[in-house]
Parts: sequence; structure tokens; C-alpha cells
Amino acid sequence: MSQWETVIGLEVHVQLATASKIFSGAANRFGAEPNRQASAVDLGLPGVLPVLNEAVVRMAIRFGLAVDAEIAGTTQFARKNYFYPDLPKGYQISQLDHPIVGRGHLDIIVPGNDGDTVKTIGITRAHLEEDAGKSIHDQVPGLTAVDLNRAGTPLLEIVSEPDLRSAAEAVAYLRELHAIIRDLGISDGNMNEGSMRCDANVSIRPRGESKLGTRTEIKNLNSFRFLEKAIEFEVERQQEILESGGRIRQETRLYDAERNETRSMRSKEEAEDYRYFPDPDLLPVTITPAQIEAVRAEMPELPRARRERFMKQYGLSGYDSRMVASDHATAAYFEACVAVAGDAKLTANWVMGELASVLNREEKDIDTAPVAPAALGRLISRIQDDTISSKIAKTVFEIMVTDGGEADAIIEARGLRQMSDSGELERLVDSVIADNPDQVAQYRAGKTKLLGYFVGQIMKATGGKANPGQLNELLRARLDGGS
Amino acid sequence: MTALPDTLGGAARALASGELSSRDLVSSCLARIEAGQHLNAFVSIDAERALEAAAAADNRPAADRGPLNGLPIAVKDIFCQTGVRTTAGSRMLEHWRAPYDATVIERLAAAGAVLLGKTNMDEFAMGSSGENSYFGATRNPWNENHVPGGSSSGSAAAVAAGMVPAALGTDTGGSIRQPAAFCGLTGLKPTYGRVSRWGMIAFASSLDQAGPMAWDAADLALLLNVMAGVDHRDSTSVDEIVPDYTAGLTASVRGLRIGLPGDLLGADVNAEVRAAVDASRKVFESLGASIVPVSLPTALAGVPAYYVLAPAEASANLARFDGVRFGHRCADPQSLEDLYLRSRSEGFGAEVKRRILTGTYALSVGYYDAYYLQAQKIRRLIRDEFLAAFRNVDAILAPTTPSPAFALGEKTDDPVAMYLQDVFTIPANLAGIPALSMPAGMTDGLPLGVQLLGPHFGEGKLLQLAYAFQQATDHHLRRPGSAAA
Repeated sequence: MSQWETVIGLEVHVQLATASKIFSGAANRFGAEPNRQASAVDLGLPGVLPVLNEAVVRMAIRFGLAVDAEIAGTTQFARKNYFYPDLPKGYQISQLDHPIVGRGHLDIIVPGNDGDTVKTIGITRAHLEEDAGKSIHDQVPGLTAVDLNRAGTPLLEIVSEPDLRSAAEAVAYLRELHAIIRDLGISDGNMNEGSMRCDANVSIRPRGESKLGTRTEIKNLNSFRFLEKAIEFEVERQQEILESGGRIRQETRLYDAERNETRSMRSKEEAEDYRYFPDPDLLPVTITPAQIEAVRAEMPELPRARRERFMKQYGLSGYDSRMVASDHATAAYFEACVAVAGDAKLTANWVMGELASVLNREEKDIDTAPVAPAALGRLISRIQDDTISSKIAKTVFEIMVTDGGEADAIIEARGLRQMSDSGELERLVDSVIADNPDQVAQYRAGKTKLLGYFVGQIMKATGGKANPGQLNELLRARLDGGS
Repeated sequence: MTALPDTLGGAARALASGELSSRDLVSSCLARIEAGQHLNAFVSIDAERALEAAAAADNRPAADRGPLNGLPIAVKDIFCQTGVRTTAGSRMLEHWRAPYDATVIERLAAAGAVLLGKTNMDEFAMGSSGENSYFGATRNPWNENHVPGGSSSGSAAAVAAGMVPAALGTDTGGSIRQPAAFCGLTGLKPTYGRVSRWGMIAFASSLDQAGPMAWDAADLALLLNVMAGVDHRDSTSVDEIVPDYTAGLTASVRGLRIGLPGDLLGADVNAEVRAAVDASRKVFESLGASIVPVSLPTALAGVPAYYVLAPAEASANLARFDGVRFGHRCADPQSLEDLYLRSRSEGFGAEVKRRILTGTYALSVGYYDAYYLQAQKIRRLIRDEFLAAFRNVDAILAPTTPSPAFALGEKTDDPVAMYLQDVFTIPANLAGIPALSMPAGMTDGLPLGVQLLGPHFGEGKLLQLAYAFQQATDHHLRRPGSAAA
């Protein structure tokens, strides 16, 4: 065990999936032509005023309830002042003193060698703010282009306590947040498109020390993998500095994924004074207990409750339920599939195994899986009723993925039905024993591993269609039974 | 020049009787604007479209005519309006054209008003003399060597010179009332939230309020009827019933209680101003109102509080003028910082820069508590004092300005002396309450004004008091250059 303890806190920015922007009526969509989704308000034209989109308030309350947080009775917006070309007004409307979501907590599952452990991570606050536009440095030679489509996209910034102790815990926390915001329907959580981005505050201290070390902040991590890699690099960098007698500089760093390293962006001394003050264009927002209860009444099932339900309802192990119940799309697929297939454990194995590897290979999300859950369920049920073996089922599944079609039709058309007729199998067993006297002798002399050889011969002869259980039984009976 | 009616009411009556057409009125206004160019009251004159709008108003069927049908009006160049530039008196926006109309512009147009052009103003509404405009100082029609007041300098001069019967201004710390007092007009700053700020270029968002300027209270009522009301595009506009201000004018003021704040009158007030307040008090008494003393001990601390809060808000409001998307951009920028630095250095005038710097300082780490928060506390105290006072009185009578219009150039080298001009007007903005200035006397050929302040959404009573006052007096009938002055 290292003599150093890692301390991490995350600031996660989640783009809220509203129809329009947080302070204007412009559409909130990703991927339009540059500057086509920016209204006069988003452009910060003289004379314009922001009007709060009520939908973001409800979404923030949803999140707050999901992490057992205090919801503010009165929440206020503030101006955060700084100059940048993609920040049209010269200030960002954010929240400082009265964030909409106060203290809460979130249980995460940390996978370990001795099984999963559950850890409670404190959430300091979550506040609403507007996203900035984008500066594009590589489109016009020698110039920076500005696209303000993203300006005014609603963001919920979720700040954790420095309760995370490793890169793996940080990833587990981010995964759980990701699952929750998707379950809540407040964001698509698409990290490639920037719907969820993360800054990590990282420090280390000698094990047993209670005082926090000097931290660095790594900006704009947009994948689970980058989060993990960036923290691992940063922890190692800080260890090297401290172990060689140096001191950590408080600073903001950028993670370069190509080189897998963090680089200094600006030091604390260079940090801007944002001159926050309450935004006079937006009056404080009052949130009544009735509003909160209305949101509570519509809360969907969340990952933790769903994992518990899957264990109880389907008899899944903790591991299996974590794998299939954490993400709501995976859980929905599993439930639709098991409703047809019947066997929950077998279904979980298929969803985590064959299906996951196909999705991975085809770079698809589970909601656009090439095989519908009911179709996979019918395939699985054919394993259970001994129509086909697991091995043949994988072949059938591949055909379903590439050519489409139903399992039953494929099995019939290709003659893949498992040979379970005992008369036919007995004849095959007899002929294999008759054709391989040497191997039979060796087997009977104690080299029982040769059973596989006989199975293989028969599978070869039947094109894999022999029912493996039945075959094993017959072979053993004949070989062990003498004569 | 034939004596055309120079009030909205008079013009409306002439139009209704068929004695005059809107085209007659507008042509005459345009001629007077032309003749008065040396006053520098207008930044842009929208003659062609005004004549078209007048013709349209003349041809409009009676059933479709709004309350301002065919009436010529000018607006301060701080309101965004399509088809004409909107400069806010700044080089920064010298060539800027708004792609949308301010809510008040929409409302005036929908009521049938004919908009003649955009009036000169102190840059970004920062000033009390009209001398801070990139387009040059405006002159006072009563005495052209004197200032017309500010920041709604052009609107005041345009009405006083008879170029238009009425104009819109904005008032952040007195910018409607002070020029109204200096130019012998009646001007109203409504309750904060009474009139939408959408499309009004922001100076200090928590204080800015648009309002009408005209010769008398009846004309203000006519305009406020059209301007007032909630607007979903301005979150700070208030959904409060808009009464018929015109219908409310004639109610008796007998038995109303008017407060006289000793704290304010103890300040450094010119003797003539004090005499005007005293004379006005007597008029109200003669009309059956009773005068009672009220206490506003913190009101005089309004100036320092205001000159922290307004610049603080302005420092953020004016950050969008960075040379990137609109407005002045320096030639050939060498870097992003160079673009910001030179665009803003060249685009803003001295007073605007002074306030941006002051405001930035007041919001900085280490100073925020001492300046910004402290000023907010003063603001809250002033508001509370007014609320307490209005439990006992219907309105408060006070001076509008410490003195009559001063000479051009007299205070330009002394920003603090200039800021003290606003000592009597600022408290209403800090408290968010309505306040009206009306003519109440003359001294050395220059008008004097007094102010009436009311509780939130008490515009109706202020207009009623001013109307009764004007029925009993003739200060509001005086015109520059006339023997009556």
C-alpha cells in the first residue's frame, strides 16, 4: 500500500435536455449549423433580457431529490464576470450564494478484488447556469471562429465533497451520476457531445494525515476513461514532486488525451476575479414545498432501487444486477428480454456477454441494438427447451445480428435444431466407439479425458447439433458400462 | 409659424376635430426639428418613415385607431428600434442597428404614435447634463448656454423647443426628472417594473425605468396608459393592474396627505428651489391636501450608495461591448487582448470608463463587502424608510434638483459636483418607487421643478396631484422665449 492517500472531488457539468435554452426561447439541440440556434438573447445584443425556463427548475429539483439533497426555498442567479469571445455578454449567468440544490449524498459501488463495496459520497451542491458558446481554433486559418449555438444551453453543475479516494472511485461516482441523470430524463448524458463534462480536483496527502494537500484542478474531462487516466497521471505526478522534496502548485491543468498527461493552464495567482454579484435581471426564484412534492410524485425508479429490485425479483447476484440494472436502457432491455426468455441468470449472461460484445463491435447503444429484446428472449428460450445448444445459439445470434430474422426461422432454415432423438444419437455413439477401438481402450484404462475426443467426433458428424448433455450421458454410459 | 398645439392633448383634440391631420402635425414637427438643429436634440431623424406613419394614421379607419393615433413622439436613443440606428449616445454603437423593437416602441406604434426619431443623451445614460454624448452636448432651449439636464437631454430639449409634444426618457438616478425640471416639463419615472425594460439598453438593471416627458400631467397619463404593463420578456416587470391614468386625473385631492421631508430640505438647496417647494406646498394646502412632516434620515446617503451600485451593474452590463459581435471594433487588432483594449478604449467616453472602473473595483474580491454589500444595505434602509413614510402619507413633496440648470461646461471637470445633482432623485430609484417632476417656478429665465414621490404603483395618485396642481397654477404653460417666462 502506497504511503500516499489520494483525495478527489469532482465538479460535473450536465447539459439539461430542455426543449429551449435556459434564458431564451431558442431551441436547445446539438449539431445545428454554426450560429443558427442563437437568438438575440443568446447573442447578448444590447437591450435583451433573460427569462428563466421553468423546466430547468423542475429538472434541478428532480436531481436534488435523487441524491436526498436539500432543495432551496429561494434560489438566486448571479453574474460571473469574465471576458472571452464565446461568452457573449461578458458574464455567465450562474449561481453562487443560493444554489438550487444544497447538501446531498450518493451511494456508489466500488468494484474490488473482494467483491463490490458500497461507499457514500457527499454532494456539496448543485447549481444552474448557462453554457458558453464554442471557440473554434482550427477552421479559419489564423483566426478563431465563434459558434454561439451552445450559448445558453442549461447546465446543472454538481459539486462533490472531496470524498473520493482513487481514480476507480471517481469513475464509479461519475458512472452512478451518469446513470441517475439518464434515469431522471434530465440529460442524455452523451459525453462525446459534451452533455456531461467533468473537472477533477486532485490532491494527495500522507496516509493518516487529516489535512488536505494542495490540489490541482483538471479541466474538461469528457469520458470515463480520460477521467481515470488523468487522475492516475496526476496522482503519480504529485507523488514524484512530493517524494523529491518539491511542493505542489495550486493550479488549473488540462488533460491531453493523446499524450496521456496533464499540463498547467494557469496558476492560482493568475486566476480571475469573477466579481460575482446577484443578477438584477432575474428575481430570486421561490420554490414551494408543493412544487417539490409535485416533482417527487413523478420520480422514476433510480439505479440503486432498481438494482435491489432485480436481486429480489429475478434472483440476480449483486454483480449481475449492477451490470444490468445500473443503466436504465440496459435494464429496460433486460426486463423486456427476460419477460420472454424466462431464465433471468441466462438472460443476464446474454445481455452482458454476447449482446454487449456485439454492441461494442458495432459501436451501438443498447437502445438501438440490432436484435430486439423480445427476439433475443425467444432465442434464449430455445436454449432452455433444448431446441439448440448454447453454442449453436451464438451462431444463430450472429445471423440475427447480420441478416436479421427470428431465431426459430433461422434454426429451421439452416437445420440447426439440436439432435435429441436418443435412437439417432445411440447409433452415432455406437459407430464412433466401433471406429476408435484404440481410444476406447485408453479411456477405459483411465484416460477419461478422451471423453471430449468422442464428443468432438460426434459433434463434427452432426455439425454441432447433437444435444451435448444427452450425448455426454450416452457416451459415459457406453464407455464406463463396459463391453 | 402658425401656433399648432404643442401638447399631446391639444394635438389629439385637433386631430379628432379634423382641424389638423397627422401629416400636418408631423411636417410641422419636422420643420421645428430642422430649425432647432443647433440644440442638438436628435441623434437620428426618421422623417421619411414618420411621414408614412402619419399618412397611415390619417387613413386608418376610426375603429382601428389607438389612443395615440397620429400623435408625434420622439424617443431617447436608448430604445432599440428597427429601421434606424440605436446608439445610446456612444461611439461604441454609432452605426449599430437593432434587429428588434423595444417593448415600449412596439406599444407606442401599436397605439398609433408616429415616431419622429431618436433623441440625444448622455452616453449609456451616464450623466446629469447631456454633455457626455459622443454626438455632442445638447443645449437648453430656455437658455442655450445652459445644460438641459441629463441623461434624457435630447428628449427634454426636443419637447421644450416644441419639436415634439412628448418624448420618452429613461431614469436610473433622475435622468427623466432632472432634465424635465431644467426644461420646464413634467416627467415621470414609474415604479420599477411598471414599464418593460425589454429593448432598453441597460445602464443599471435594478434601477433603470422608462417613462414619459411632456408639458403636463394629462399628457403623461396618456402615454403611461400605453407604456405600462407586464411583459413576459422582462422578468422584473410586474403583473399589476394598469389603471386608466387619464380617468383618474380629475379625482379631488382634498384630504390627501402630503409628506414634507425635513431631512432632504436641510440639504444644500438653492434658495429659489426652496421657495418653489414652499410655494407648491401652499398650493396643495389650498387644494385641501394636508401637509405632514416625514422622516427620511437615510435618503441623503443615496448618492454614495447609488454611485457604487449603478456602476457595479454597469460594469457587467457594458462587458458585452467587446468588439467581437457588434459595435465598434478597433482597426487591425493584433491579439484578443488588443481587440478588447482598443475597441473599448476607443468606443467608450470618459464618464463611461470612469463608471466601469468604479463598478469593477466595487465588485472585486476584498472590496465587495465594503462597497457593494454596504451600498445594498443603505438601499434597503432607504426603501424601508419610504415604506414607513407612505403608511402615513399619500405622496411626498421634495425638490427635484438642488439648483436650476447650470451652464454648459460648469461641472464637467468635477464629477462629484455633477453626481450631487442627483441627490433628490436617486432615492426613488433606490426604493423602486414612482416619482414625478413638474414645473413650479422660474429663476433668471430658467425653470424650477418640484418632485412628487409615491408608494409602489402609486403613479395614479402622483398624476392626480400634479393635474390638480396644474389646474391651479400656470408654471406648466410657460414656454421658452415667450413673454410669460
